[in-house]
Amino acid sequence: MGLDKIWVFAETDGAAVATISLEMLAKAREIAGTVEVFMGCDGEDYATELGDHGAEAVYCTGDLDGALQGVSVASAVANAIQRGDVDAPDAFMLGTTQNGRDVAARLSVKLQSPVITNIVDLVLDGDDLLGSEPIFGGTTDVMTKNISDNPGIFLVRPKSFTAQAVGAAEAMLEDLEVGDLGAVGAARIIDTFAEESQGPKLDEANIVVSGGRGLGAKEAYAMIEELAGSLGAAPGASRAIVDAGWVPYSYQVGQTGKVVKPTVYIACGISGATQHLVGMKGSKHIIAINSDSEAPIFAVADLGIVGDVHKVVPKLIETLSD
Amino acid sequence: MKIVVCVKQIPDPADPGALDPESKTLVRDQKLILDESDSYGVEMALQLADANGEGSVHLVSMAPDNQIAGLRTALAMGADSATLVSDEALKGSDALSTARVLAAAIARSEPDLVLAATESSDGYTGTVPEMMAEFLELPSVTFAKAVTVDGNVAKVKRQTEAGYDDVHCPLPAVVSVTAGVVEPRYPSFKGIMSAKSKPLDQLGVSDLGIEPGSVGWAGGNQEIVRIADAPSRAAGEVFEDEGDAHERIVAFLEDLKVL
Ligand SMILES: Cc1cc2nc3c(=O)[nH]c(=O)nc-3n(C[C@H](O)[C@H](O)[C@H](O)COP(=O)(O)OP(=O)(O)OC[C@H]3O[C@@H](n4cnc5c(N)ncnc54)[C@H](O)[C@@H]3O)c2cc1C
Ligand SMILES: Cc1cc2nc3c(=O)[nH]c(=O)nc-3n(C[C@H](O)[C@H](O)[C@H](O)COP(=O)(O)OP(=O)(O)OC[C@H]3O[C@@H](n4cnc5c(N)ncnc54)[C@H](O)[C@@H]3O)c2cc1C
Repeated sequence: MGLDKIWVFAETDGAAVATISLEMLAKAREIAGTVEVFMGCDGEDYATELGDHGAEAVYCTGDLDGALQGVSVASAVANAIQRGDVDAPDAFMLGTTQNGRDVAARLSVKLQSPVITNIVDLVLDGDDLLGSEPIFGGTTDVMTKNISDNPGIFLVRPKSFTAQAVGAAEAMLEDLEVGDLGAVGAARIIDTFAEESQGPKLDEANIVVSGGRGLGAKEAYAMIEELAGSLGAAPGASRAIVDAGWVPYSYQVGQTGKVVKPTVYIACGISGATQHLVGMKGSKHIIAINSDSEAPIFAVADLGIVGDVHKVVPKLIETLSD
Repeated sequence: MKIVVCVKQIPDPADPGALDPESKTLVRDQKLILDESDSYGVEMALQLADANGEGSVHLVSMAPDNQIAGLRTALAMGADSATLVSDEALKGSDALSTARVLAAAIARSEPDLVLAATESSDGYTGTVPEMMAEFLELPSVTFAKAVTVDGNVAKVKRQTEAGYDDVHCPLPAVVSVTAGVVEPRYPSFKGIMSAKSKPLDQLGVSDLGIEPGSVGWAGGNQEIVRIADAPSRAAGEVFEDEGDAHERIVAFLEDLKVL
């Protein structure tokens, strides 16, 4: 059994297809006979890679010239389906990213399709596709299905599946026409800024060292970066210190930030709120340093140190540099 | 400049309730409070209204059982007026129903700017603001970490995976803000007192011209079919630091051969 067709929303960093998109393609291949991709940019540079990951066709809007993906892509897809240019898929999969959420939300209204969010697994139950969402900080799994007559829209969390190339041929490029959206499409990106740190990327690093409010002050984050540097790790953060302006948002690990699954995650002065845990609980090994022996982070730590970060971390850096 | 802020009233996150295995809904009979995530939108609106000189801030909330405590908190912070939509027909609403109702309530005040949080603390689908924009046929910018209004244009720093984009969006528009966009004020005593006499409209779905069967359980497009305990992660060893914790960590890392 399985579904006839799934559409996967693909995103890029401007050079390569985003990992989350390739992860979704791997899952989509398992559950549907035909897997096609839609994207809010020129697709030409990506057709080979997407084809290699199992996409048969890539529907692209072409360059959006600064317009936002949410409204542009959703309008183009809904128009194409409603005009009968393409057959509607049985389901859409989009990543839980800024643009993924925007596209999903606009598409949901246009097609009157439900959005099933925070999905970490998709399971076929006869002809039904069930999305599995962890709630209550990951202690309970909820399986949800679409009961409307329209395709379900699944928002998938990064690192839920493993990307895998299948060596298939280049995907066929197809056009998605955005058309003139008028006022509703009038927002424009004027400039783009990168705030990423040096060294390995947070969501790809083998080791991640994160700091939280327990560091006490912005200046103390320097020791997190130093420790990360000496381990070849990526520095990360809890939302508390992103909100406080100590580090940029691109460092944030958790529900609203990045999902990381490194070999080792080292949490320094982080309490372990459920929204932080959902972003790092999948790490192979977790080390936590926290002065409060009751901190919830210890419930997921393989090695827990009840201690002061200001004492433990400098000594750790010193030992590692010897 | 008329600003509408969406404020969700939620159960106290310190007491999250439980899923009823029979009805597969959240059991939440406690009193609702202002979602902390929305205190940023309220503060942002108050600051933008102030900067504008002739700004007003109106609140819109959809909540069960005519609950208004969270709205009172936001009024006490300084918002001018509020609309609550509460109706038996709304029980069981998904994000799409919620957005439909909020959009209808917002449209009544013909705002220049609609603010919401990026995601709520309890349902956190993060889709309602963009859905509202679609119902209202307005442009939108989500994930705003800074917002200014310059004439008829909202200038937004929008968080991206790698950093942020500067986005210009003509008004009227919907903008969803992140926590940390501004520092929410605490309601003053005077604010708390005056909140009690501020205008607060209460509406049902028929007042909004919405067919009761199109929202709530009846209009539901999704169904929870199964609930199960997730596999839990076994806790490891916890040590008190006695000056040698760094050695334990190094030994642990050496064991894993990551050094
Ligand atoms: C909708 C929503 C989304 C969210 N998304 C995210 C997200 O993506 N990521 C995220 O991280 N959070 C997120 N949060 C916030 C989350 O709920 C917590 O508030 C946050 O994770 C707390 O950060 P923290 O652990 O750094 O701070 P705190 O909770 O304040 O913890 C600080 C810890 O440091 C310890 N400490 C203090 N001093 C020392 C010392 N000298 N040495 C060692 N330890 C010390 C304390 O014991 C404490 O455990 C979200 C919240 C909401 C409502
Ligand atoms: C654990 C859990 C999982 C859920 N999963 C899904 C799902 O996958 N799909 C789905 O469609 N529904 C889901 N729901 C139901 C959904 O949360 C509700 O429909 C809710 O009314 C709106 O969604 P939200 O809180 O997720 O909004 P979000 O989109 O996260 O909210 C963003 C912002 O919109 C504004 N806003 C949202 N709701 C209101 C309101 N009632 N009044 C005023 N302002 C508001 C606030 O500013 C809020 O911060 C889930 C609920 C729970 C508790």
